[in-house]
Amino acid sequence: MALSSMWRQRAADATRPGLLATIRRIPPTAWFGFAVILLYGGAALLAPWVAPYGENEVVSQTPFAPWGAEFWLGTDQLGRDFLSRIIFGARNSIGIALVTTILAFLIGGTLGIVAATMRGWTDQILSRLVDSLMSIPDLIFTLMLLAIFGSSVFNLIVIIAVIDATRVFRLARASAFNVVTLEFVEAAEARGEKLPWLVRQEILPNILPVLVSEFGLRFCFVFLSIAALSFLGVGLQPPMAEWGSMVRDNAALISSGDITPLIPAAAIALLTVGVNFVADWYLNETGGLSHDEG
Amino acid sequence: MMKVEDAKVEAGPDIFSVEDLRIEAQIGGRWAEIVKGISFQLKRGEVLGLVGESGAGKSTIGLAALGNVKQGCRIAGGRVSFRGQDLFASPENIRRKLRGTRIAYVAQSAAASFNPAKRLMDQVTEAAVKRGGQSKAEAKRNACRLFRALQLPDPEIFGDRYPHQVSGGQLQRAMAAMALICEPDLIVFDEPTTALDVTTQVEVLMAVRNAIETFGVAAIYITHDLAIVAQMADRIAVLRYGEIVEQGPTNQILENPRHSYTRSLWAVREILTEPSQKTRTLLRVDRVSAFYGLLQVLDDVSLEIGRAETVALVGESGSGKSTLGRLIAGLKEPESGSVTFDGVSCPPSVSTRSKELLRRIQIIYQSADTALNPRHTVRKIIGRPLSFYHGATGENREARIGELLKLVELDPAFADRLPGQLSGGQRQRVAIARALAANPELIVCDEITSALDQIVQADILKMLVSLQEKLGISYLFITHDIATVKAIANHVVVMHRGQIVEQGPKADVLSPPHPEYTQLLLSSVPEMTSGWLDKVISDRRKLAAA
Amino acid sequence: MKSAYSPIFRLIAGRLALGILSLVIVSLVIFLAVSMLPGDFATATLGRSATPETVAAFRERLGLDLPWYLRYFAWLGHAIAGDFGQSFSGRPVGQIIGPRLLNTLYLAALTALVAVPLAVGLGIVAALYRNRLPDRMLSAASLASISVPDFFFAYVLMLLLAINLGLFPTLASIRPSMGWDDKLYRMALPVLTLTLVILAHMMRNTRAAIISIMSRPFIEMAKLKGESPFSIVVHHALPNAIGPIASVVAINLAYLVAGVVVIEVVFVYPGIGQTMVDAVRNRDIPVIQACALIFSVTYILLNMIADIVSIVSNPRLLHAR
Repeated sequence: MALSSMWRQRAADATRPGLLATIRRIPPTAWFGFAVILLYGGAALLAPWVAPYGENEVVSQTPFAPWGAEFWLGTDQLGRDFLSRIIFGARNSIGIALVTTILAFLIGGTLGIVAATMRGWTDQILSRLVDSLMSIPDLIFTLMLLAIFGSSVFNLIVIIAVIDATRVFRLARASAFNVVTLEFVEAAEARGEKLPWLVRQEILPNILPVLVSEFGLRFCFVFLSIAALSFLGVGLQPPMAEWGSMVRDNAALISSGDITPLIPAAAIALLTVGVNFVADWYLNETGGLSHDEG
Repeated sequence: MMKVEDAKVEAGPDIFSVEDLRIEAQIGGRWAEIVKGISFQLKRGEVLGLVGESGAGKSTIGLAALGNVKQGCRIAGGRVSFRGQDLFASPENIRRKLRGTRIAYVAQSAAASFNPAKRLMDQVTEAAVKRGGQSKAEAKRNACRLFRALQLPDPEIFGDRYPHQVSGGQLQRAMAAMALICEPDLIVFDEPTTALDVTTQVEVLMAVRNAIETFGVAAIYITHDLAIVAQMADRIAVLRYGEIVEQGPTNQILENPRHSYTRSLWAVREILTEPSQKTRTLLRVDRVSAFYGLLQVLDDVSLEIGRAETVALVGESGSGKSTLGRLIAGLKEPESGSVTFDGVSCPPSVSTRSKELLRRIQIIYQSADTALNPRHTVRKIIGRPLSFYHGATGENREARIGELLKLVELDPAFADRLPGQLSGGQRQRVAIARALAANPELIVCDEITSALDQIVQADILKMLVSLQEKLGISYLFITHDIATVKAIANHVVVMHRGQIVEQGPKADVLSPPHPEYTQLLLSSVPEMTSGWLDKVISDRRKLAAA
Repeated sequence: MKSAYSPIFRLIAGRLALGILSLVIVSLVIFLAVSMLPGDFATATLGRSATPETVAAFRERLGLDLPWYLRYFAWLGHAIAGDFGQSFSGRPVGQIIGPRLLNTLYLAALTALVAVPLAVGLGIVAALYRNRLPDRMLSAASLASISVPDFFFAYVLMLLLAINLGLFPTLASIRPSMGWDDKLYRMALPVLTLTLVILAHMMRNTRAAIISIMSRPFIEMAKLKGESPFSIVVHHALPNAIGPIASVVAINLAYLVAGVVVIEVVFVYPGIGQTMVDAVRNRDIPVIQACALIFSVTYILLNMIADIVSIVSNPRLLHAR
């Protein structure tokens, strides 16, 4: 028998995409997103060094000073430098939203995967609980809980994280459920594998792309929620610089045609657009959408 | 009767022709040719069979016959002419008016191709009323006539139903009625019976054949099943990678194929094993019953599997054959009865079975797409049972992975690939290697070749037989395909509605006398001789008359 | 014949039961949340100078001295009768929110009237011109609408239409004494903003519903039968799309319920959202409970309607075997 026919199926030119090829495929939208995230991350981390003035430093005698060489974006209602507060606001808003989202994923992700894997009563109880929590509109529920517990940073983080965890739970449970019903998980069960292996090796790698991309989207959502709450005056409390409350505090300027109060709002929009672009690209790149092509 | 047909066919002019047709598809951003210059002609009343494996371009050609290309495809050259009119040179609204009236289409899945929100009658008569020039009443009368001709139950009121209210076989016939309503000149049948069980398939085949003959319509019959095309077609064109490798009258292609590819398609059906003498019993299933909720899926089932023996478990969908396989593997608990392996009683579920027992019984699934973790490399897939059952590590494990890959006729370099980078046949080989890694004594093979093309199927069956000779493994081979049973079984078990109808050595089960269901099942399996369907039709008429 | 229709009735009954169950659970959550009040709440509300007697009286007014289930049933019974008790400011809650609830419903209804036909129409257009210019514009717009804070839309519109162009008043302060035309004029900006806020989302969902139907094999079959593109959409896709589109609409209207809060604050519109935010700032618990209950009930009812519409429009259930 000739050697060549010994193995019927030869592993011919298996071209696996390298890192370089992946980078070359990144679309401009995702580059834009990365740039925005980098810029904001830089501002957040380096705020004390980058900002011309301190977060709560009153630098002008007159409130609402106009734009100029001294105060690039003018000053706010208390005479604090607007630009500095935007830069410090990045630190506060992003930091709190990030912590909240991570907490939401730890709670919702873990419970969701557990529910999908254990099924039965565990799943029933958790799912019904989440269903009923989700039948109260997010913003209304948050407002109510904030009224009861008070608007401290800690309360804000925990309340929003718990409410957001219901969405994460839904997604984690649904995607884990789709994987659990596939035969390779059953094959591992038939082999005698125990729960930790099933979750870590069989399920998690298959739902991770969806979860990572969802993390981006949930972060945006949390970020917008905190901004909305602060805008309503029940989120982060003064004197902490926060973009939503900066819009609220300076809204009076708009009636004279001044766009300064819109700058923090635009800053929020820019970051969420950027994160959305990156999340979209990541989901496409990792084949999280491959089942949609069929 | 066939002779008369032949004579009629040879007389007329071409009603439809394809000349040097080239179609390109966009694959990974580039245009690649998927139909590479094919030509054929059809005369009035002639049936051309298009045979080929998946990816051969059959369906693409079928759609092109209606002047249509799928999204992401384009015509790169050639002509498709219907009664002398070049379809792709005509504007879309001209082509549109031909569709459904002069050229009709019968799709593979009738269940998905009927609109769930509309009554069957409205859908069957739609083209006739809107474009075929028939009045509503006239179209309805014609539809009822067709329902009757296609042997649909209650033809007068059949059309009042919604698609989900009738069975799959009936829907497929209703779709044939929809195609025939305007008495078209040409019908394209795209794998119309592939989704059906064999006993249903034969009914649809009979109805379609009758209709084609009665209305004298030309047809393109697309299928991957040679035995079926042998019944339906006057001429056969064998397709491979978008090219016609051989074309000729059905009898010539069947009896005297010229091209090596055609011959290899035929060779699939050769018999690989002989019925063996009874060996020592390895597994015994004793009076097992099982339920899904209130639905009983297994009813007092008993069977035995000997060492180094292949038991084929045959039945149609819903017969309970897969449940029995899962029960043996410990994935489904029985309501009553017992499973004994090598003289020792098996606990009912995976969680209560010992690791050693789990190792000795392995299972392989129909679809390797879902049975292999897409995020694990082949190395990890095969390596895990090695370390899990045998504690293999390092070089030892690596060497064993290489050996296993060679055993399933794959290059050891495949170890670094992900399942997505393999073909369907290669994936199934990896799944087999994973089962072999455990050193099992029994492998439950659940329809493991039915998702594969016939030639790949034959290769894998041959490999399984030679592995059995080398390693002395027993197989429980679950399948609905009688040809597969004939090829590899020693012992055959026939299941129907959760019960065992008949079991015994292959030669006994496959030769008469048969219990009623086995008779129906076996007589429904298309044979490669061209007169088979005629014979079945006349046999069943006689039976019905008696 | 009755038995032939039973599956659909059973499903609807099941969905209604589930809806009632969520209503009960939600009311319970809203009620019990108050019991989770930190211990010093009474003191905090009444100030440091509060004597033990006033604290006890305050607790009694909240009913905190009775067992919780008694309090719950009493509260729920009164709430159903429209009596939400007394606010901390001393006025009956019903009097505070009654007229404002009407204002909010008025705003939401007007928005729905504008947004629903627009969104469904545009969604269908986008689905038909998939991956072409109208569709790309839609996907950019929907990205913007999920990324941009609601108050940003509100202020931009205010700046452009009210301040720069002077078309509308900046504030939507309506009074019962105003004529309907005057009210409409003042409400134009909030309605426009809310429409923008939910439009893209509703369009996107409509588009997805249509596209998922257009990719089904029976649409391909209709094409191969020679149906015209218009007939395919109208006669083959739409009958199957009614259920999905109806639930898209209902779900987005439910979303509108929450979106209304921020917009009311921006335009100082005298609605229930504004009331709730004020109550949260003053920690006026009875008012908050009442508002939360009203919002949640609306939300649950809309979601329930969405599900029932999709059950009723499913031919498989409508025409049982």
